[in-house]
Amino acid sequence: MANQARFPVRGTINGEEFEREVEPRLLLSDFIRHELGLTGTHVGCEHGVCGACTVLLDGESVRSCLLFAVQANGRKLETVEGLSQGDAPLHPLQEAFREEHGLQCGFCTPGFLMSLLPFLEENPSPTDQEIREALSGNLCRCTGYDHIVNAVRTAASSLRDAETAGAE
Amino acid sequence: MSTRQFGRPLRRLEDEKLLKGKAAFIDDIEPAGTLHVAFVRSSFAHGRINAIDVAEAREYPGVKMVLTAADLGDYWQPGPVLVPPPPVEGAVFHARTQVPLARDKVRHVGEPVALVVAESRYVAEDARDEIFADIEPLDPVADLGRALDPEAPLVHDDLESNLAAHVRQTKGDYSAARAEADVVIARNMRYDHGIAASMENRGVLADWDAQGEKLTIWDTTQAPIPIRNGLAGMLGLSESQVRVIAPFIGGGFGPKIMMFYPEEVLIPWLSMRLGRPVKWIEDRAENFFATTHEREQLHEAEIAVTRDGKILGVKDTFFHDTGAYDPYGLTVPINSQCTLLGCYDVPSYDSEFRAVFTNKPIVTPYRGAGRQHGVFVMERLLDLAARELGMDPVEIRRRNLLQPADFPHNHGLIYQDFTELTYDSGNYPEVLERTVEAIGYRQFREVEQPRLRAEGRHVGMAIVTYVEGTGIGPYEGARVTVEASGQVSVATGVGTQGQGHFTSFAQVVAEQVGVEPDQVRVSTGDTAEMHWGTGTFASRGAVVAGNAIHAAALEVRRKILDLAAEELEADRDDLELQGGMVGVKGAPDSAIPLGDLAVRANPLRGAVAPGTEPGLESTTYFGPPGGTTANGAHAMVVEVDPETYAVEIKRYLVVHDCGTVINPLILQGQIQGGVAQGIGNCFFEELVFDDQAQLLSASFMDYLLPTATDVPPIECDHIETPSPLNPLGVKGAGEAGAIPSGPLFAAAVEDALGDPSLELLEIPLSPNRLFEVSRTRDDGGGA
Repeated sequence: MANQARFPVRGTINGEEFEREVEPRLLLSDFIRHELGLTGTHVGCEHGVCGACTVLLDGESVRSCLLFAVQANGRKLETVEGLSQGDAPLHPLQEAFREEHGLQCGFCTPGFLMSLLPFLEENPSPTDQEIREALSGNLCRCTGYDHIVNAVRTAASSLRDAETAGAE
Repeated sequence: MSTRQFGRPLRRLEDEKLLKGKAAFIDDIEPAGTLHVAFVRSSFAHGRINAIDVAEAREYPGVKMVLTAADLGDYWQPGPVLVPPPPVEGAVFHARTQVPLARDKVRHVGEPVALVVAESRYVAEDARDEIFADIEPLDPVADLGRALDPEAPLVHDDLESNLAAHVRQTKGDYSAARAEADVVIARNMRYDHGIAASMENRGVLADWDAQGEKLTIWDTTQAPIPIRNGLAGMLGLSESQVRVIAPFIGGGFGPKIMMFYPEEVLIPWLSMRLGRPVKWIEDRAENFFATTHEREQLHEAEIAVTRDGKILGVKDTFFHDTGAYDPYGLTVPINSQCTLLGCYDVPSYDSEFRAVFTNKPIVTPYRGAGRQHGVFVMERLLDLAARELGMDPVEIRRRNLLQPADFPHNHGLIYQDFTELTYDSGNYPEVLERTVEAIGYRQFREVEQPRLRAEGRHVGMAIVTYVEGTGIGPYEGARVTVEASGQVSVATGVGTQGQGHFTSFAQVVAEQVGVEPDQVRVSTGDTAEMHWGTGTFASRGAVVAGNAIHAAALEVRRKILDLAAEELEADRDDLELQGGMVGVKGAPDSAIPLGDLAVRANPLRGAVAPGTEPGLESTTYFGPPGGTTANGAHAMVVEVDPETYAVEIKRYLVVHDCGTVINPLILQGQIQGGVAQGIGNCFFEELVFDDQAQLLSASFMDYLLPTATDVPPIECDHIETPSPLNPLGVKGAGEAGAIPSGPLFAAAVEDALGDPSLELLEIPLSPNRLFEVSRTRDDGGGA
């Protein structure tokens, strides 16, 4: 069905406002990548299993390939590009992935980061088993996960340190 | 020498870009005006094409072009034979390669028969649904074991049978060995490998610049230079008019090699026809059918041993499923044949295989590339022989290992690179003993396992070994340049798919040129930067490209020292390169920044002396005389639930030797990632076909990749036996982790179940399959 009716969608992404008119069938993942030009969010399976397309919708991690763009209307989106913008230093979670060699090809990585952000907020001191369970909704074909587990442990620790420093 | 860069666990230089989401993968690149392509693919494994009705699709709003094979004219040609048959006496090989769009007949599910070019991917897919491909189904060849039966349908009608190839290689006299043996163990085995399942699917984007008469192609290929050369020929362009860029690639593992996939051949042609950029991005379902697989082999194998466990010989006859076409020659079954011998002294060997056409997707190398199949057969035979002889399985291995003094060890077989299979170096006993020690083998056997058994728990341990031929030729090249800014640039022709080349290659150069690795800018996979080379496969990047880069860096170092000696009026031997400067040792004030020296080497006035070259630059090539052989041992502890046959991997340990290590952190990542894929292959992943050769498990909901809760922490240890075949002493490491998991898993589960009559002679072994195999045996049905 070509030339479907278009609907407005407006909201914020990484703190910036957006407004577009889109077909109701347009996937949120395609909207973010091809309409908003934020290509850090990757598409691996388009059936909700691999987790590469994970973004935050009102602070919660969601699969952007399982949502339509119109469902983001009036809501707040965050993608990997929001973690450290421009020349800003890496977010502690990104830094930990670099430090622990938690990525190889890097295609799945943005999805891992966006799944982990709310996880570490809810659970600042996870056990290794909790980390593995939190990771189990994201597929990585390169690393074997060990270094990602190390990265999450390291990130949790530096985020806790930052929290303590902030509180003092 | 300044700080050693080589051998450091340097954090990766490419990571920041990847972590910020700024690295450009293929679908992130979209020139203005890009058109999008969707393919119509066969839903039958085998069928005759009666007609393809594209009329409605052509009229669909937003559609630019709809094509079938008939529209391609002379451009319709079967793809090239990428690897010719090996020079083995008596070898039979029938080359039948994939075509851009099927005409007359379809030969596997997913084979493309038509395509739509439209203003967006959504519209292209809408219009695709308006196309009716009238295909009359034919009986498919779905069963490898019956594909050569006289009544089997023919995949290629012009051949007498479905035989794609027949190769026999022997060493020594197996019949004599068998006659002498105290024990002969003969078994049938089945090893089924899976798919690469890179997180990024394939994609091709082409942009024809009609004014400049230049074609730029972005391609998720592991081998951009062969792709450029091949496409230039097909399109009637000069090689210098075609630039192929392999951008950041989301995992390769083999199937992204220089395949000349239909999409790779068609998209550039479409861009030239339409004068617009044209893009095709594979979706996950297509990846299951249209990207190559690795799959099944059926082995009939036997081993002849003496009473004290010494191997006298091995005989193996196997069928190899090559799928509907065989463009990649015999690399996979030759690897199986040659890797089977493993770390052992095998005096006689008689190995024969038949590669067979079936109506399934094409088989080409995927991480391990047939080595798994061979290692499975040998390691299982050794376990069975040990059981028969009442010998410990580690002991039978120990008694047959090649010794450090045995190198180089020539097996007299032709390997995948067409040289004689020769192990270059190694210390196999050391690797095995370290493994035995680290996993606590004796303690487990003597104390823990009996205690756990007494508690009613089924915990088992196994150890296996393997050799991996890596780093094969023919060659790679590299250009190293000191720029006026003092930065050093490195260009190499291999593609990169996550192996950390931007870091490890920078370390190799930094070591020689005396700069920090972050001052080295590495370019891979762009034919505009380097246009001689082959590609990233066969665990050869670090070995072949790494040594080419090393050689170029040494030459640049020589040029720096020569020019600096002149400029500083000093003896070359008194100079040192450090911190991006060259100066006289002990006189830091004398030092010249390398950038300044580079400017002096490329003057705007005066003369460059005859016979010399301007600049601080070198292009150098490295071609190894033969492949290097890495090796290792893996150990595993599993616990099996005897009710559900769920298996928990409690420990996984790797001791590995891949020669000199450039970056231990990256190496660790390669090994762990390989092991995870090996575990997936053993247990979770399975391409399930029905009797019509329909793939039933073509989604990530059915084809299960291991997740973080499935893969245990992987303990790694390394020994470094340098390769004598290259100046850096390195060997390849990319595939090792994935190779020996199959026999390891089977042996550990057998050991856990503790039933001496249970033999696990196949992979994969899902809990369902384990249950079936055990039940069949309990019922007296035989496994």
